[in-house]
Amino acid sequence: MRTLQFLLQKEFRQIFRDPAILRIIFVMPMMQLLILPWAADYEVKNIKLVVVDHDHSDYSRQFVSKVTASGYFLLNTYTSSYSEASQQIADDKADIAVEIPARFEKDLVKESEAPVFLAVNAVNGVKAVLGAAYLQSIIQDFNNGIRAKWIQMPRLSPEPNIEVVSSNWYNPLMNYKWFMVPGILVVLVTMVGSFLASLNIVKEKEIGTIEQINVTPIKKYHFILGKLIPFWVLGLIILTIGLLISYVAYGIVPAGSFFTIYVFAAAYLLAVLGLGLLVSTFCSTQQQAMLISFFLMMIFILLGGLYTPIESMPTWAQWITRFNPVTYFIHVMRFVILKGSSLADILPQLCIILIFAFVLNSWAVINYRKRA
Amino acid sequence: MEAENIITTEELTKRFAGFTAVDAISFNVKKGEIFGFLGANGAGKTTAMRMLCGLSKPTSGKATIAGADVYKQTEQIKKSIGYMSQKFSLYEDLTVKENIRFYGGIYGKTNAFIKEKTAFLLHQLNIENEADKLVASLPLGWKQKLAFSVAIFHEPQIVFLDEPTGGVDPVTRREFWNLIYQASERGITIFVTTHYMDEAEYCNRVSIMVDGKIEALDTPRGLKETYNATTMDDVFLQLARKATRADV
Amino acid sequence: MKQFISFVKKEFYHILRDRRTLFILLGMPIVQIIIFGFALTNEVKNAKFAILDQSGDIATRQITDELDASRYFDLASSLKNYEEIEHLFRQGKVKLVVVFPPSFNSDLQHFNSAQIQLVADASDPNTATTLTGYATTIIKDYQLRLLHDKKLPYTINTTARMLYNSQLKGAYSFVPGVMAMVLMLVCTMMTAITIVREKETGTMEIMLVSPIQPLKIIIAKAVPYLLLSIINIASILLLSVFVLDVPIKGNLLLLISEGILFTLTCLSFGLLISSVTESQQTAMFISLVGMFLPTVMLSGFMFPIENMPLPLRIISRAVPAKWFYDIVKSVMIKGLSFQYVAKETIILAGMTVFLLALSIKKFKTRLA
Repeated sequence: MRTLQFLLQKEFRQIFRDPAILRIIFVMPMMQLLILPWAADYEVKNIKLVVVDHDHSDYSRQFVSKVTASGYFLLNTYTSSYSEASQQIADDKADIAVEIPARFEKDLVKESEAPVFLAVNAVNGVKAVLGAAYLQSIIQDFNNGIRAKWIQMPRLSPEPNIEVVSSNWYNPLMNYKWFMVPGILVVLVTMVGSFLASLNIVKEKEIGTIEQINVTPIKKYHFILGKLIPFWVLGLIILTIGLLISYVAYGIVPAGSFFTIYVFAAAYLLAVLGLGLLVSTFCSTQQQAMLISFFLMMIFILLGGLYTPIESMPTWAQWITRFNPVTYFIHVMRFVILKGSSLADILPQLCIILIFAFVLNSWAVINYRKRA
Repeated sequence: MEAENIITTEELTKRFAGFTAVDAISFNVKKGEIFGFLGANGAGKTTAMRMLCGLSKPTSGKATIAGADVYKQTEQIKKSIGYMSQKFSLYEDLTVKENIRFYGGIYGKTNAFIKEKTAFLLHQLNIENEADKLVASLPLGWKQKLAFSVAIFHEPQIVFLDEPTGGVDPVTRREFWNLIYQASERGITIFVTTHYMDEAEYCNRVSIMVDGKIEALDTPRGLKETYNATTMDDVFLQLARKATRADV
Repeated sequence: MKQFISFVKKEFYHILRDRRTLFILLGMPIVQIIIFGFALTNEVKNAKFAILDQSGDIATRQITDELDASRYFDLASSLKNYEEIEHLFRQGKVKLVVVFPPSFNSDLQHFNSAQIQLVADASDPNTATTLTGYATTIIKDYQLRLLHDKKLPYTINTTARMLYNSQLKGAYSFVPGVMAMVLMLVCTMMTAITIVREKETGTMEIMLVSPIQPLKIIIAKAVPYLLLSIINIASILLLSVFVLDVPIKGNLLLLISEGILFTLTCLSFGLLISSVTESQQTAMFISLVGMFLPTVMLSGFMFPIENMPLPLRIISRAVPAKWFYDIVKSVMIKGLSFQYVAKETIILAGMTVFLLALSIKKFKTRLA
């Protein structure tokens, strides 16, 4: 026990004396939490329009003002020909070109139908589909308005009409930041756990102090605990700083209890620290350790459902996510912070994480050989 | 009466894949001796030393360190030895005092012992004013002396030194050897590898390893007589020329 | 020159000997392409939903079947009361609950009007919007069928053409982004760290006292990474053409030269980092915060720039990867010629020269 105390004292001194680690602890959460949620807004809006109006009629003008009034579209410019409009798309100055043919108003009134052509920049497929769908629903509305003007509607609508009302629970304002922030907290905690811990151990290998430790009577588990505990504490500190920043900057207060968050985080940190430890046993230089952790982190975070829903992934990828501790933590953080899930709700995830922690740490301990 | 043996080895061998680094070496080191362990680069010195420290398991042969077996009783060995590696082994981002306290602590010394011994050590090395400075800021020679003092801080029976004076000036080397003599007088057995032949002259006995085998083992004077040489340099060159193994 | 070549050889040995690092450096783009190409999509499929059917008539059953049959939804459970919704959401069992009020069908029959309530779990707003959108479309389709295809008067027919990517593949927008990310990692981070590593272990000093010019040492360190990057560009392009079916519409030579230009930008940044840092961990931290995060966040490949607040949009203009991303998108996906990317190329080249000049200056003052 006393040995452990000395090891911990040494680790904490080194950590708090290292400007790089301090910067990671304080700057990293600030950077990520203050910038990323602002940047990570997928909502399709601010779609730039270029309009080719060959008709110059009342209807065509009404049509354009109806579209721009919706708030999703920004009218960039009018051009006189389609080729100019497609030029604008090529230059990325416009996302959608709307071409209103000549005789649009006349055809609509006399022939009872008229075409409108849309050309959508589909390099980003999701944006293209949603943008076009928005535009079409606005056109539909505009169309209904015109119809209403020309046909006297009976009191009861002649055709069956199903009204769809939707309500959005947990995040009624559809604030994307609420969704991102819990995920970013997970990324921060994971970075501390796997990155810093493995780098720290490998650094001792690289500069040779580990040799010195190995000839002392320190027990394996003492050394490992001496490394794990400081980063476990550090991980919880980062989480606390992160929660504080998300409250101050975004007013996010967990709907669930802090107790649940910390219990899960504590277990989760054991798992990622085990991973960090395992990485360190495979590496002899910091460069290797960094690259391997980075590689794993990238896969874990991308496949952890931070940016895109796991349900949309193909089956093989969903299988991978089951062996990815990050998935569980992101899930739990979102559930506890946004929905107020209780410890009982997340019990299955907690058990899985504890299994992870056990397996990874045992593997690491077996791998960490004091004797070559 | 002859002093008892504190290190004994018998046919101690270490093989790596298809390569015998240490080839059946047998020798004894007596308690309180300063034992020089010489050899060209790649002769197998460091590998042999790592086996004796319990850092590496021998392939075959026997060895005991202070009565403990290198196969089974490595934890016991670790309690009775000190070690100073080729690479600088103190934490550069801890202060002098913190390093001493750390190593004292992990050998299970009491706070009172650590405190008293630290004061003595700082005085002995004449670095009282640097006690609270980061080790990184000390000159190399001071670091080496400090590393040695830390290696014997817990009063081990034997201390292993792996090329402890690499890269330091002759004056510092002299001071370093004074520290070694002082430790030896207190009864600590010194096991040292070195490249400097003048340092070999300071040892009680010297062994010279060539290609994983011990080719010669005697007092420096005895070796010079056997090989009909005036200096240890000559002895070393005569033996080292026989080496067939490439410099690794 | 001979000395220079021997230095370059030494650097190659470093890289080639370290199999693990090499494996990751070359494997990284492949894994990224596979993940981005096949696993990451915003499209929602097979989302679990529940119904709370208080009417239980033919119309509600038909609508439920329609939803369940679509590729977007899978019916997970049928609820008895409102309270169960909360419970289900908390456990994450479903994402959407469709609530049919009592007497749904009779309302529809007698008044030609009925209401359906969609309750979405909006903790993920993106998925929530998409799901309500899909569900609404399916319900409206059902309603339209009740009309028996009566043609309405005064109809505006819209036809939409999807330019550049008619199959609407996600790959088209991320291949350029993966390229930027990988090059950044290999060149900036790895270069910075190798140089700082030599500082840390002290071998840098040994080289600096050798008769070779310091600048050549630095260039020699960068050459292998330049080559690695070219291999990576090639593997990304090959994978996108043959595995993801993303064709290279523009001039291949132009695309590769732009890639090399960007590689140089990254290398210069790596050199700059290495000349102002002393420890590997600091170098890593600066490359991560200074280069990698901005690339991921602000280049426009993960998140749309036009949605960002003004300060971030301004900062994004200083991120080299943003310009590179635009260039690759234009040349590779849209098939545009050099004149369209001339502005971006000049900006990127300017940044490279600036970074290089700055790092050489820092490097020299350090020696002086």
